[in-house]
Amino acid sequence: MELLYSSCVGLLVACGVFLILRARTFPVVLGLTMLSYAVNLFLFASGRLTMNKAAVLGFSDGYADPLPQALVLTAIVIGFAMTAFVVILAIRGRADLGNDHVNGSEVPATSRNAGSQRKEQGKA
Amino acid sequence: MTQHLTSLPVLLPMLAAIFMLMPPCGKNLRARRIVSVGMGLLTTVASAILMLMTQEHGTSVYAIGNWSAPFGIVLIADPLSALLVTLTSFLGLVCGLYSCAGDDERGSFFHPLLHFLVLGVNGAFLTGDAFNLFVFFEVLLIASYSLLMHGGDKRNTRAALQYVILNLVGSSVFLIALGILYGTLGTLNMADMAQKVTLLQGDDVYLAKIGGLLLLVVFALKGALLPLHLWLPNTYSTAMPVVAALFAIMTKVGVYSMMRVYTLIFGEEAGELSHMAQNWLWWLAMATIVMGAIGVLASQDLRKMVANLVVVSVGTLVALVAVQSVQSSAAAVYYLVHSTLVSAALFLLADLIARQRGKVADRITAGRPVAQPLFLGGAFLVAAVAVIGMPPLSGFVGKIWILRSTLDTPYGNWFWLVYLVASLAVLVSVSKAGSTVFWHHTGKSDSEQERAHPAQICAVLLLVMCAPLMVVFAGPLSEYALLAAQELHDFTGLLQDVLGGVN
Repeated sequence: MELLYSSCVGLLVACGVFLILRARTFPVVLGLTMLSYAVNLFLFASGRLTMNKAAVLGFSDGYADPLPQALVLTAIVIGFAMTAFVVILAIRGRADLGNDHVNGSEVPATSRNAGSQRKEQGKA
Repeated sequence: MTQHLTSLPVLLPMLAAIFMLMPPCGKNLRARRIVSVGMGLLTTVASAILMLMTQEHGTSVYAIGNWSAPFGIVLIADPLSALLVTLTSFLGLVCGLYSCAGDDERGSFFHPLLHFLVLGVNGAFLTGDAFNLFVFFEVLLIASYSLLMHGGDKRNTRAALQYVILNLVGSSVFLIALGILYGTLGTLNMADMAQKVTLLQGDDVYLAKIGGLLLLVVFALKGALLPLHLWLPNTYSTAMPVVAALFAIMTKVGVYSMMRVYTLIFGEEAGELSHMAQNWLWWLAMATIVMGAIGVLASQDLRKMVANLVVVSVGTLVALVAVQSVQSSAAAVYYLVHSTLVSAALFLLADLIARQRGKVADRITAGRPVAQPLFLGGAFLVAAVAVIGMPPLSGFVGKIWILRSTLDTPYGNWFWLVYLVASLAVLVSVSKAGSTVFWHHTGKSDSEQERAHPAQICAVLLLVMCAPLMVVFAGPLSEYALLAAQELHDFTGLLQDVLGGVN
């Protein structure tokens, strides 16, 4: 279980980081969401992984650590609020700046594209 | 009543903000302004009383809901946090006052957001729980996101987008660090962590080290330390000036968290992990000072210059945190108060100057003369002398103290070199900016020019007067700073106060 769990978290982090490094806002928002999922799972694991244990003291022999669950709950709420905010901000950025690039301007066309465009203009 | 005083700097802004969203002052700007300034004043008074109380009776610990530490959340008001809370509340009051001149009409919820920001910052200063620190960070961050967008244009959206994304990634890293630390230490109460960290064995030591260094990344991001400082000049110079003035305290939250975490949890008594961040902090701080100074020299307009001055002050503070002696921490406390007030004053002044110079705004070139040269010029002179660190104002006292306290440290010579050269750069560019703006004129002053509103004048004077006052009361202030630094470094009393019943 540990291997599966940790590789899931690792995969989510890898995907999240990859997406955050993209140039457009939509992948970045997706990446942030994935990263926050990974972080939430990781926080769960910080209280050790157990099967079929209640987070209640005194009613069973073993119990799961209740604190990480409380932390994750808080983290999820905050994460949702922040994601909602960044989505709205991305939409406003799209409207204000006319494109959805994170740095606010279109990437300059690559030299090859520019060359072919120039050729077409020449023909016209 | 007195035992609940510790919670007031957090509760009052929250109540104020919620109250201002409710019907009696929901749509009424006048009522909102009165409530905002009134509640700001109340918060400031409560914080000041708290500060005086901690000076007299020592640290007070407030268990929220009477759930005792380490499981419940505690608020800790020691001299350092009480001082910073007072500073924040005062800054909130002044910025609220300044915005009454019309800045708050440009968006819907300026005053509530301002109080939410004060709530977040005060909470971050007071909390004694690492996870709660994260929560208050988020509160202050979401308020700052909205304030950044307040009355903004296109440039603003771009800067805000980058700032938000960067901080969201920072929050994720923060949570990962907390997860690692909880996994190894089994607690998130900072005082308890300080005790548990000495008992670590085997691989847990390395895990805790990773957690601690990840925290360093987060605090460096919030505090705008070198590789992570690039967002700051852009963000601060596109935000509304009154918002930027308010943000002057936000980098200090990062620095304060460093002070706490790396002296309390990973401080002298942390066994293998003691002083683990010191080397990193030291060199990064030097690099930050250099980059900030270059930024100040290269700035084309006043607001960007002030933003870069903030970077320099962060570098100086972090270098002092890295020294980790009582003297250097005391110097850091004094310098922190001074630099926050002065940079806030400069942001507000840059705004007034920009308004009165028409199209040239705050660019450092010759332009139309300002309408109130005596007031603006005088205030700018005082603030500039203070920020450069020339005698006789507060910057000079701070600078002497900083240089004294770094003299005997291993890299003291390097620090002197870097810091003094940076000061020279600041001196050159600030005096150049001042003389260009006030003495090089093209065209005539317009008789219908916008003059500063009384509220604005009052706010700027309140901030600018702090620099001479910090010199006049340098004696009591430095005693207080020393007391705060001693409490910061000698925390056995704190451990007993927080965990009294447990051990």
